Amino acid sequence: MADICSLREAVSGLIHDGDTVAMEGFTHLIPHAAGHEVIRQGKRDLALVRMTPDLIYDQLIGAGCATSLRFSWGGNPGVGSLHRLRDAVEKGWPHPLAIREHSHADMANAYVAGASGLPFAVLRGYIGSDLPKVNDSIRFIDCPYTGETLATTPAVRPDVTVIHAQQADRQGNVLLWGILGVQKEAALAAKKVIVTVEEIVDKLDAPANACILPKWVISAVCHVPRGATPSYAHGYYERDNRFYLAWDAIARNRDAFTAWIQRHILDTDDFEGFLRVHAESQPEVSA
Amino acid sequence: MSTYTTNEMMTVAAARRLPDGAVCFVGIGLPSTAANLARLTSAPNVVLIYESGPIGAKPTVLPLSIGDGELAETADTVVSTPEIFRYWLQGGRVDVGFLGAAQIDRFANLNTTVIGPYDAPKTRLPGAGGAPEIAGSAKEVFIIMRQSKRAFVDKLDFVTSVGHMDGGDARQRAGLPGKGPQVVVTDLCVMEPDAVTHELTVMSIHPGITREQIIEATGWPIKFAANVVETLVPQASELETLRALQERTDAAHGKQEGAE
Repeated sequence: MADICSLREAVSGLIHDGDTVAMEGFTHLIPHAAGHEVIRQGKRDLALVRMTPDLIYDQLIGAGCATSLRFSWGGNPGVGSLHRLRDAVEKGWPHPLAIREHSHADMANAYVAGASGLPFAVLRGYIGSDLPKVNDSIRFIDCPYTGETLATTPAVRPDVTVIHAQQADRQGNVLLWGILGVQKEAALAAKKVIVTVEEIVDKLDAPANACILPKWVISAVCHVPRGATPSYAHGYYERDNRFYLAWDAIARNRDAFTAWIQRHILDTDDFEGFLRVHAESQPEVSA
Repeated sequence: MSTYTTNEMMTVAAARRLPDGAVCFVGIGLPSTAANLARLTSAPNVVLIYESGPIGAKPTVLPLSIGDGELAETADTVVSTPEIFRYWLQGGRVDVGFLGAAQIDRFANLNTTVIGPYDAPKTRLPGAGGAPEIAGSAKEVFIIMRQSKRAFVDKLDFVTSVGHMDGGDARQRAGLPGKGPQVVVTDLCVMEPDAVTHELTVMSIHPGITREQIIEATGWPIKFAANVVETLVPQASELETLRALQERTDAAHGKQEGAE
């Protein structure tokens, strides 16, 4: 049953060193505040899962929280590389990162399998691709009915899934809308679920087919306004495209990155503190 | 006659290939620009699908990321990412997959994973994204990318997404449902796979470009069709629409350098 609590309490009580953690959100609703809190609390040895690592995992990887990553597209959207991810893969900084890379279709199916309680997913994919040669978890089976060769991929079963949503009610039922990515599947695939929300309301004013996660599948709901920044929350605020651009220069250099993490995350108490420092430093980075 | 850039020529030439009414699965960057230009010019009824979930997106500005809010707001419907890949792409609803890549070979196999050895990469690229299954399952694949020796290579460092494999009927024998790449549009020319060998062949050359330039920008001995024609220059209306689209995009996002 959803516990409405602070993000600090949720992360400290529910995410443990060595856990498999999925923080999902497809460009939209990326749970950045929760990522920061994981860095702030110095979590280590996490097995990270996410379709598009984005800035949120660039930060976690660069801050030394992760030992492995399962993903399907590792770029800074519209900008270029994720330099911390690349530095970890290419140079082993701050320590080596084991990567298992898949395709989007594979990852999406793997979350569905996880949410469905199945050990693996089946898809028509990867024929002719070199990906199965470098990722031995991608395998092939013959369809027992038609004989067609199909690809399989292990289900994603996170210890903890973290997502950001627009609203929760006071009981902890969660409503999200707009681009939904794989958040529902990621939540239902996990043993524990943390949801940060823009707003806590008396009543979710949602039509019958809206994407609602009921309180009884969620472990903790945390009220974190702007908690997806610099990604966006449909109906609340837009994507901070300038910061995605500015991140390129910050992440390109180890010292600049370390200084940014120190000032914006380690030296701030919470996401409100981050937003204050971020507002002060924004003109500097975009100048 | 108005002047235009090679990028504009490439985008216009790619946009013209998209049939009106086609259901098109769009990659971000050049494919998205060309597909939206087509929607605003020769193919008003094209249905644009983005992997983040929007179906029938009609953005007034180009998305910077594959999941921009603009795509959701202008779509006929927004579904989950698993649904996009399972029901719509794998289910056989996509006519054209529109892709870009970092490297391509003579049979239009694509690399977006790594330059150099996988375990000791010279350049680590973003990876697969939706491309492998788009390349496999879309009924046809269109490719748009700038042409150079670094991009058009004799041998790919890594095959991320399958084209015509090693040519001939290899793709069919492998049991892939889609027909694979049917056209490659670059800033120099338009290529199509040969009907039998499936090796990319230059079909039309953009105005002002020479055969030597194309040979020089290709990492294998590129073949030319017997009846190569000159690509029709961008028409004033095409350029006007493309430039207005870019201007609206720059005003919305701030001007992007090297955005893909």
